Amino acid sequence: MANAMLEVRELSTKYVTRFNEDVYAVDKVSLKVDEGRSLGIAGESGCGKSTLALSLMGYYFPPLHYTSGEIIINGRNISGMKPDDIRKAILGKEIAYIPQAAMNALNPTRKIIHFIEDVILEHEMYVNKKDIYDRAKKLFETLGLPPEVLEKYPVELSGGMKQRTVIAISVLLLPKVLIADEPSSALDVTSQKMVIKMLKQLMDAGFISSMIFITHELPLLYNVVDDIMVMYAGQIVEKGTSHEMVFDPIHPYSKGLMGSIIVPEKGLRDVKLTAIPGVPPNLKKPPSGCRFAERCRFVRPECRVASVQLREAENGRVYRCIIPEAELREAYAREQEVQKHGN
Amino acid sequence: MAIEKKLYLSAKGITKTFGFGRQKTVAVDNVDLDLYEGEVVSIVGESGSGKTTLSKVLLGLMNQTSGDVYFQGLKRDISTQARKQEYWKNIQAIFQDPFSSYNIFNKIDSVLLDCINMRGGKFYPREKKIEMMTEACSFVNLKFEELTNKYPFELSGGQMQRLMIARIFLLQPKILLADEPTSMIDACSRATILDELMHLRKEIGMTIIFITHDIGLAYYVSDNVYIMEKGKFVEGGSADEVILTPRHPYTKRLINDVPKIYEEWDLTTV
Repeated sequence: MANAMLEVRELSTKYVTRFNEDVYAVDKVSLKVDEGRSLGIAGESGCGKSTLALSLMGYYFPPLHYTSGEIIINGRNISGMKPDDIRKAILGKEIAYIPQAAMNALNPTRKIIHFIEDVILEHEMYVNKKDIYDRAKKLFETLGLPPEVLEKYPVELSGGMKQRTVIAISVLLLPKVLIADEPSSALDVTSQKMVIKMLKQLMDAGFISSMIFITHELPLLYNVVDDIMVMYAGQIVEKGTSHEMVFDPIHPYSKGLMGSIIVPEKGLRDVKLTAIPGVPPNLKKPPSGCRFAERCRFVRPECRVASVQLREAENGRVYRCIIPEAELREAYAREQEVQKHGN
Repeated sequence: MAIEKKLYLSAKGITKTFGFGRQKTVAVDNVDLDLYEGEVVSIVGESGSGKTTLSKVLLGLMNQTSGDVYFQGLKRDISTQARKQEYWKNIQAIFQDPFSSYNIFNKIDSVLLDCINMRGGKFYPREKKIEMMTEACSFVNLKFEELTNKYPFELSGGQMQRLMIARIFLLQPKILLADEPTSMIDACSRATILDELMHLRKEIGMTIIFITHDIGLAYYVSDNVYIMEKGKFVEGGSADEVILTPRHPYTKRLINDVPKIYEEWDLTTV
């Protein structure tokens, strides 16, 4: 059995607003990423994807607060650790995080090599600058980045190059898990492809053991990761391999999400995009029953009574719905039939 | 022979430059564009290719350096404010950022009332105005009763963008220019907005210019697609032709670099 790099058990975190209201942004999320696997997290904006990424690092600062659950990175439980210890011992070494606007973090008055020196000197006491330079140069060459970048200022680099530089810096200390939160959403398609290529390269070359990739662009996610997890209102609603999730989703929400995919390929124009009506629930007062009930096409009275638990489908997939898998599939087939006749 | 279509908007040799001397930048370079009645035309390009500058010239928000814009066969005249307003009755736009498209001091009712007034409905009875507003809101699946006495910033980005479409429904311009209407919205609400734009086309037969960087989206919505690179149109034609059998290397690269689902996405060619 593969070695679990990151294991999360029933992690819950909340935001506390300045009026002392609690917003339950991540609610009892459990996940496991094995060595050599990558996990994608999909969902609408505001569903808690980015908060989950922040929570996974174990590094909480207000307004984000930890409530319950465990985070185990490479066999080590980090959930009770002090923020300062986490910064010194975990961040960068065990788990690395690339935020959405990572390239804006580069100070324009310093050269790229200075950021690399900062990172290494913070974690290793006795290294001289020559060694650091050689190490950085070697890393950049392996990743296909020109070593001249090291001597440049951030303003001299293009957006895509800056983003790739930041990714290279984040894997300097060979972390076990890399969390990439929309690393390519501000880039054009060609730079995006370069970033993705580099992330794949990192996995193949063994710089990182596993990766968590967060985005709402489903075609991208399908091409990057092995498994996809769909989140809705702070909860996991479905989990499966990326092929299963894109072509054969079970949960009505995932079905709606996959129906909104747009790719420039043959047959797209015949497909009718399905949109999910309504807006996500307010997480200050999450509904007592199923959180998706308000927007669901198949809603039943019993949906609104008690909260719905994750249940297992065939071949290890999990989904959160009270309607059995077979019935849902039947309903989808019927819908497709109706659409065909409509055309 | 098919029914002859009416030429609505035609741009001839539009050029727009910024700066002088060594700092001179050519943002739009000798662009020709013909737009017929009821068509949906997409202009696709990466950031910096000049698509927003072109859209501003077409809208009359910016004067072109050279070239002419013809509207319904006549040369466009936007020399005075009154003439500009006359022109804007025929062409309206939806912009990228819904959050900065509204006057934050005006309530939603007054946003919609302004549109009715502009279409010459100023002296309609109150009931009729409310009926029109309700119809416009239900067109985009919003409930007017829930929106009265609210300010635009109380809505989500997707709802704001849909309200923008409701405005267009009330204004009924001949041409709608949509400048990246879905780029600030997540993939799920994007489907809703696209559906409503297409609905607009089907119901009132509106002519739409769609400006986007997402080639898949352009393929989904449009009849004709133009690919723009560095201020020039490098390729143009019907959507199927351009997307499925691209000829220009730039178009080929764009299509190649978009993540795919049914075909394999080739990562080696970067």
